[in-house]
Amino acid sequence: MRAFLRIVWIVVKKDVTVEVRSLELLSTTIFFAITVVLMFSFGLVVEGRAVQDVAPAILWIAIAFAGTLALGRTFERERQNDTLRALLLAPADRPAIYVGKLTGILLLLALVESVLVPLVGLLFNAPIFAQPVRLALTLVAGTIGFCAVGTLFAAMLVRARSRDVLLPIMLYPMTVPVMIAGVRGTAALLQPTPDLAIAQFWMALLGFFDVVFVTLALWTFDPVMTD
Amino acid sequence: MTRSTVYMLVLAGGMFAMAPWIINTAPNEATMGLVYKIYFFHMPSAWMFLIAAIVAGVASARFLFFRKATADGWAMAAAELTVLFGAFTLVSGPLWARRAWGVWWQWDARLTSSLLLFMIFIAYLLLRRFGGPGSDKLGAGLALFGMANVPFIYVSVNYWRTIHPPTSVVPTLPIEMGIPLWYCVAAFTLLFIVLLRLRARLEHQRARVEALYLAEES
Repeated sequence: MRAFLRIVWIVVKKDVTVEVRSLELLSTTIFFAITVVLMFSFGLVVEGRAVQDVAPAILWIAIAFAGTLALGRTFERERQNDTLRALLLAPADRPAIYVGKLTGILLLLALVESVLVPLVGLLFNAPIFAQPVRLALTLVAGTIGFCAVGTLFAAMLVRARSRDVLLPIMLYPMTVPVMIAGVRGTAALLQPTPDLAIAQFWMALLGFFDVVFVTLALWTFDPVMTD
Repeated sequence: MTRSTVYMLVLAGGMFAMAPWIINTAPNEATMGLVYKIYFFHMPSAWMFLIAAIVAGVASARFLFFRKATADGWAMAAAELTVLFGAFTLVSGPLWARRAWGVWWQWDARLTSSLLLFMIFIAYLLLRRFGGPGSDKLGAGLALFGMANVPFIYVSVNYWRTIHPPTSVVPTLPIEMGIPLWYCVAAFTLLFIVLLRLRARLEHQRARVEALYLAEES
């Protein structure tokens, strides 16, 4: 277990170091997410006022779009220098490498979401500070679910042709439960009077989804990544 | 094509040619009249759709974890049949629903999970077609995740509300309706098996030709 965590830590540290030096992914992904939210605002704001109850949907769609972009870019970076091969050749547990990559993307998306949530709250008049802890938990659980599948698929697609379009094609139908649960759970929390029971149900579903899909990904990562 | 496949193909063709007469013997339903008979083709094709998806998932797991090379051919054949029967189910369903519910489509648990399963297998075929070398393993991973996903889609949409008739109506059907229904199920099952065998055989032969080419080159 300690060796496993050590490899996870090394992979995360490597990704963070590379990212801190260029800030390429963070800056582009955040700006992309902001652009997506603004596009929705232009599409949905009627006579200067936001349509009711669209904030959760826009928030989650922006997370999904930005997440797909970030997933594709992270692995594109590994592909360009053929470093993924080096990573896989390292005498390390494959599942640990997967968890390391997943953690790196989760950290990145956490930063993106910390910009997105206030922005959506501001533009669409959503009470984001009504239930801050539960909202954060829903976001974390949903993002883990989305990225658990996304990291595996993006890693699988590194060597495939037309990977840019195949990633969203594969990922979006698969993460529909995350989108439904995330949007419904967030909507329950952002109501004028938050409905905690419903939010709890969706959070539990997200947690269950996370456990099943992380386990399944850990299990398949090794055979899929073997040449 | 083996002999047994030819027999099965002829039998399936005959059964489908006879199907309109058999279905005609069933009485019209009180509220929906003739339109409800779409059900005699809708339900069997929905079953084949699910069975094909399960076959694809199991074959993918065998390919991925037990390295059975031939399992990939079965997975590929089953995935194509999933899309075929899925398309038939998703077209015949709305035709029935328009009359029964007054709308073509409803975001009901069964409908949504069928649609998404269908989409996952279209993604699978696109991946196999355009993914380039190594897409067999990627496809196996996708099919595996697709199978695991269906219960989640079902639960998450079901929480909204469901209006699709439950499966429990099948044993309660009167005998005049039950016979045509089971006849159609048998015809569809036969068609499914024939197509699956033919397609898997083609895929196996393609793999063999590829292997021979590689052996010749090296």
